[in-house]
Amino acid sequence: MTATPKYNFAYLDEQTKRMIRRALLKAVAIPGYQVPFASREMPMPYGWGTGGVQVTASVIGKDDVLKVIDQGADDTTNAVSIRKFFEKTAGVETTTETGKASIIQTRHRIPETELTEGQILVYQVPIPEPLRFLEPREVETRRMHALEDYGLMHVKLYEDISRHGHIATTYAYPVKVDDRYVMDPSPTPKFDNPKMNNSPALQLFGAGREKRIYALPPYTKVISLDFEDHPFEATKFSHPCELCGARDSYLDEVITDDKGGRMFVCSDTDYCEKRLAAGHLGNSGATEAAE
Amino acid sequence: MYVAVKGGEAAIDAAHELLAKERRGDQGVPELTIDQLREQLAIGVARVMAEGSLYDPDLAALAIKQARGDLIEAIFLLRAYRTTLPRFGYSVAVETGDMEIRRRISATFKDLPGGQKLGPTFDYTHRLLDPSLAESADSGERDEGAVGDVNKALAPTAARPAPSAPSEPSPHVTKLLGDQGLIEQNPETGRTPDVGDLTRESLDFPADRDMRLQALARGDEGFLLALGYSTQRGYGRTHPFVGEIRMGEVDLFFEPEELGFEVPLGSVTLTECEMVNQFTGSNEAPPQFTRGYGLVFGHSERKAMSMALVDRSLRAGELGEERKAPAQDEEFVLSHADNVQATGFVEHLKLPHYVDFQAELGLVRQMREEWHEARAADAAKMSQTDQSEAAE
Amino acid sequence: MSALNEQPLLSAQLISKNYGERVGCQEISFDIHEGEVIAIVGESGSGKSTLLSVLSTQLMPSAGAVHYSMRDGERRDLFSLSEAERRFLLRTDWGFVHQDARLGLRMGVSAGGNVGERLMAVGWRNYGAIRKEAGDWLDRVEIAGDRIDDMPTAFSGGMRQRLQIAKNMVTRPRLIFMDEPTGGLDVSVQARLLDLIRSFVTTYGLAAIVVTHDLAVARLLSHRTIVMRHGRVIETGLTDQVLDDPQEAYTQLLVSSIIQA
Repeated sequence: MTATPKYNFAYLDEQTKRMIRRALLKAVAIPGYQVPFASREMPMPYGWGTGGVQVTASVIGKDDVLKVIDQGADDTTNAVSIRKFFEKTAGVETTTETGKASIIQTRHRIPETELTEGQILVYQVPIPEPLRFLEPREVETRRMHALEDYGLMHVKLYEDISRHGHIATTYAYPVKVDDRYVMDPSPTPKFDNPKMNNSPALQLFGAGREKRIYALPPYTKVISLDFEDHPFEATKFSHPCELCGARDSYLDEVITDDKGGRMFVCSDTDYCEKRLAAGHLGNSGATEAAE
Repeated sequence: MYVAVKGGEAAIDAAHELLAKERRGDQGVPELTIDQLREQLAIGVARVMAEGSLYDPDLAALAIKQARGDLIEAIFLLRAYRTTLPRFGYSVAVETGDMEIRRRISATFKDLPGGQKLGPTFDYTHRLLDPSLAESADSGERDEGAVGDVNKALAPTAARPAPSAPSEPSPHVTKLLGDQGLIEQNPETGRTPDVGDLTRESLDFPADRDMRLQALARGDEGFLLALGYSTQRGYGRTHPFVGEIRMGEVDLFFEPEELGFEVPLGSVTLTECEMVNQFTGSNEAPPQFTRGYGLVFGHSERKAMSMALVDRSLRAGELGEERKAPAQDEEFVLSHADNVQATGFVEHLKLPHYVDFQAELGLVRQMREEWHEARAADAAKMSQTDQSEAAE
Repeated sequence: MSALNEQPLLSAQLISKNYGERVGCQEISFDIHEGEVIAIVGESGSGKSTLLSVLSTQLMPSAGAVHYSMRDGERRDLFSLSEAERRFLLRTDWGFVHQDARLGLRMGVSAGGNVGERLMAVGWRNYGAIRKEAGDWLDRVEIAGDRIDDMPTAFSGGMRQRLQIAKNMVTRPRLIFMDEPTGGLDVSVQARLLDLIRSFVTTYGLAAIVVTHDLAVARLLSHRTIVMRHGRVIETGLTDQVLDDPQEAYTQLLVSSIIQA
């Protein structure tokens, strides 16, 4: 039987990395445009981050410092699994601190801490095509992008307002990139959309199962689709984080008992911990201190 | 005070330990060996090789053992392993006409050159559970007398009988029909044709037939079976006949650049199915039968047949047929045929989605508030009107 | 009338379309001017629908050319347009009313959304303005304003046709193609629809090419009529003349076959 395999740095062979980097370069040259690529089978299932992992594997070097988050937290099971994967196959330093990372792979959130030049944010994307649920056929959506034929997208927003009084999309909220392509930001909550605009960091998007890569080079214009009289509004929470008191971060709802008791805490665990360490306290924190 | 749940890493490690224990099962029961799986679950091994796109019965058997019998999980393991293997190139086109045939049947002719060879098939067995298989023959406990008599074809044999001396040649039924001009001809391609590689390029639509066939070859047997079945029930009928099914060993050749000549690599077991379908004619050509094609690793007839049915359906465009049925919808079939992709995405729903759910919760709560406010406002207006009416 | 009106709006020259040996249409030539309505009549198999598909660039002709005067006055060969230009034309300067409304509408989108789609496609970004304009057009096609949020699935056949017309009209097209617009509708519903189309032609200076097997539709709507049979033009001329004083035997047969109501 075949001998036990020995893996290349970051698992992928150099040919494959080169192929993916070519796709990334093309993506960076055409912000928001979905570049097809020959996604490889990875040791984790499609739908569990293979696109993001392939992008990270293609850009990571031995001096990089990697942070992996899922739902904003470093300790969720899938983030742990992916971090371990790179520890094993690349031996790079890993961190939970946003400020210390050179590469951040994320699922469904953008970190609260502002990113800086030189940082790379790699998004895991399930469905890269923003028009997919309006038009299931790939041949047709490709044509719509090529001809900048985005009427259907606004029809959807119009329908939402006529039916609900609001645009009913709360995550994966479509954006217009560089005044040209309409893009799906991945299932980040619309709360995070403004962070993509004019970011100093390089943002890369990988969809393994759907085999598409796209990118936002640093300082790219990214505008959420809306109507003049129904402008895009990022979600606002009516309470601060129970732990650190933050009023400007995205909050997770935690159910505390079966009588409807609940509390809200920062989704970004690193952000919350930093604030606590700096002495900020939320209600639970304050109560604790008082006791 | 609430403390964020931590310990994901420890939980994962513990889960893996538990999995290993459950995989082994009762320690009092002998552990499965790769040889046993390869020999005695050969059809399962064949499926894993075919959909894993890797011909290696031992590795497929290992994958099945590691996956605890979950064939799709085993296919995933094999695919992931395949990614790490160095690629030397492509073999020379395989010649199934030279197959060392172990089984060969045709539904279109009663008899034909090379004959009908039943081979090892379940086809004519009576599906009666055989209790004699519950005991191991090696332990001498089996009672041969019972059901074993009826299904002699399944009786264990020492080893596969040596291949019979080369009898009369067995040309493909499609060649026999083709010589009379009765069936459409495949284009000439030579020994080293230029074909796409589904594992190296992304699939674009509309897809050429080579990419379609590759996608079908590694596609899920159940999905293709259902689609093939649907065509027989009227969802895009193609009037299929089994022109031929053949199973056996075929030699593989490879031509390294440095040598400049072909080198034999060994042989693989293949199952090939050629369907003879609805004839068409036009002003340019007289009527001919059309074709559907299926080819899989190992002994896998259901898959080869389903593949041939769906291949033919997907050719609707080039044959001038209206695409109305699911099996004719290229994007639908090819985008959903890969079970590794499918299971990945379906099962990914188990991953945390609470951030997005939070966003939805927020919106729903807000809309419910507005709904109640609107009703309250309407009710207030109504009672005002009533009051003013009452006052009059 | 501007100088532009002297040049034909659309000009078909020797249009032929074959399917293998089967003839769709053969060497059809005619001009249509702004504000003019032409009816193409014939029985099934006459090639009239094929001709309409070629004229509206949905089918490539086997031979011949179609020229169109764009809004800026430039005369273009329609089959040399890029895909982007073609789609833009279809969405702004042209309209297409299908016999089956489901082909011309988005059945899963509200009436307002259907009418507003073209506006959104050309860059309108104010919800209130889009909704008002959609509402105005629904009004003009006599669909009640409170139905603006209803799905076309809840509309009668006649309403769906009027919705199609509204959907096309928002961008003030200069030319509308109609394929059996009254097909399958009750007679009174047909009459109402035809009246609406006629009033739009007058009010907005619309040109229209109407394919129909129904001579009464031709009579009511069109200035000129082209009679087709087996892919060829049998007779052409002012509608009243063709219908009251047909020259060709086939036309006479058609005219005399109208069941007198």
